[in-house]
Amino acid sequence: MTGRPQPLVVGAGPAGVRAAEALANAGLRPLVVDEAPACGGQIYRQRLVDDGRSTRDLYGSEAPKAERLHRDFAALARRIDYWPQALVWNLREGMADIALAGVSREVAYDGLILATGASDRVLPVPGWTLPGVFTLGGAQIALKTQGCAIGSRVVFAGSGPLLYLVAWQYMKAGIDVAAVLDATPLMAKYHLLRGLVLAPDIVLRGMRFAAELRLRGVAIHYGIEDLAMEGVTRVEGVRWRQGERERSLACDGIGYGLSLRSETQLADLAGCAFSFNARENAFLPQRDISGRSSVAGVYLAGDGAGIAGADAAELAGERGALALLEDRGLPHALERAADLERRLSRIGRFREVLEAAFPYPGHWAKCVADETLVCRCEEVSAGTLRQSVRDFALDELNRLKAVSRIGMGRCQGRFCGAAAAEILACEIAKSVDAVGHLRAQAPVKPLPLALKPGRARTAAE
Amino acid sequence: MQLFHRIARSEHRPISFTLDGTPCVGREGDTLLTAVLTAGTAVRSSEFSDAPRAGFCQMGACQDCWVTLANGERARACTTPLAAGMEIFTGTGAAA
Ligand SMILES: Cc1cc2nc3c(=O)[nH]c(=O)nc-3n(C[C@H](O)[C@H](O)[C@H](O)COP(=O)(O)OP(=O)(O)OC[C@H]3O[C@@H](n4cnc5c(N)ncnc54)[C@H](O)[C@@H]3O)c2cc1C
Ligand code: FES
Repeated sequence: MTGRPQPLVVGAGPAGVRAAEALANAGLRPLVVDEAPACGGQIYRQRLVDDGRSTRDLYGSEAPKAERLHRDFAALARRIDYWPQALVWNLREGMADIALAGVSREVAYDGLILATGASDRVLPVPGWTLPGVFTLGGAQIALKTQGCAIGSRVVFAGSGPLLYLVAWQYMKAGIDVAAVLDATPLMAKYHLLRGLVLAPDIVLRGMRFAAELRLRGVAIHYGIEDLAMEGVTRVEGVRWRQGERERSLACDGIGYGLSLRSETQLADLAGCAFSFNARENAFLPQRDISGRSSVAGVYLAGDGAGIAGADAAELAGERGALALLEDRGLPHALERAADLERRLSRIGRFREVLEAAFPYPGHWAKCVADETLVCRCEEVSAGTLRQSVRDFALDELNRLKAVSRIGMGRCQGRFCGAAAAEILACEIAKSVDAVGHLRAQAPVKPLPLALKPGRARTAAE
Repeated sequence: MQLFHRIARSEHRPISFTLDGTPCVGREGDTLLTAVLTAGTAVRSSEFSDAPRAGFCQMGACQDCWVTLANGERARACTTPLAAGMEIFTGTGAAA
């Protein structure tokens, strides 16, 4: 290819697909890279092989949206370059390092849309590393894409909309759901009434999940505290406290999560400015409603820069692409952009409602026992973190990382970063926005040892 | 002893592999994680405490599910498709 390099879209979930589509419709030929073997992202993730279940079985009420997204992406095949099973593991000035089939390629890009999505947000509890304990999203992936249940008698614990959705999906699939343990109080759910105006279908669906679970005899406990998973070589039960009462239950599988957290590593490597987002209690790359980041030519779309759900991700992907076109001086639909922004801000208002209905357990850091493992990669405990903070008089998260190895393991702090920040803030009696966030490092995920360096190229060569 | 229970694909083409030397059978469309956890209860043991682990996120984010293959290569079980003849080592003896 001569002239300017291609735009690069990272992620082929709802946001990445709609971004690629809008770019292709404007005559550009983007390169779309995704680690997964097929498009769809988390929510519309596809199976490796057909298994006799319908898309309705897999995606429920969202099946038509899933089918549309998969179909629309397939229709782009001739107008884009698409690298599935490829990891963007580093970003430098206008250059991406991409691992594909055992070879690392350097790809020059002009315009970058990061649509990297999210994973489960967790705060560590005793026993969370036991076999049989998975994230809520993980429990759903086993069921949806592998046709497997994570146990024969399963407990779902935590908070957020996925808690009820995944419990309901397991029940529907005929699996014994022993209980739903909601870490947020029942009273908080009244906030959902405000949501009825903004997103009636989502709120009613959630209420239906809870009602049907109850109807089938699944106990739902609200405002649970001191959650702990028990077992020796695998999970055998769960324990929690409700008010003054200690309770427990036998089970052989647990799905656990507290909503989602954004996958922000690449935005960090791209040099995007971050700021603290109070709603999500996390540092996020800054973006305006169009998806423009603080770096010219870098656009952020979907859950990767703040959790807003799949519908918003589709809108934001398209909106980010329109911004890229505009910044390149190409024709772009102004009215369409304004319409997308209106719909995005409406969803943003609904997110406020969801956060109020499923509030973050802000007191966790005070209560977590010293023995509890915070980092599952390097096995760093809460007590070690507290001790490090005191011994070295630390007040910044990356310093705590250097001293304790928290966030240095293979997951790069994806599952311990939020918890470590809470413990540090609690220990020095500051708010969590005052302790900073873990800086991303390349490679953003471990690479196969045998990775060979490839020559610099652009995808269209 | 197993962690996962199949509710689909149980009649798909069988794929033979070994888990810590024990012959096992997975199904077409399995990831390594599914193949191992429908036969056993762990994919590895922690290099720090020796505690058994069986993955967590199932989406390639937590890196808790790396296994060792016969050729010495390491694979992330939840994102690697099962292939016939794979020799998977967990180092936990959990397949028993
Ligand atoms: C496990 C899980 C299950 C969920 N289930 C539901 C559900 O059932 N219903 C619901 O309403 N919402 C669900 N959500 C939320 C929903 O998935 C998101 O709101 C939606 O998918 C966001 O779309 P997105 O395009 O922003 O990101 P995603 O759909 O997450 O897509 C991001 C894509 O980027 C790719 N990617 C990221 N980093 C890289 C990289 N460095 N290199 C290459 N590729 C990369 C990923 O492989 C992924 O395919 C779930 C979330 C998770 C994490
Ligand atoms: S289970 Fe998390 S990376 Fe495989």
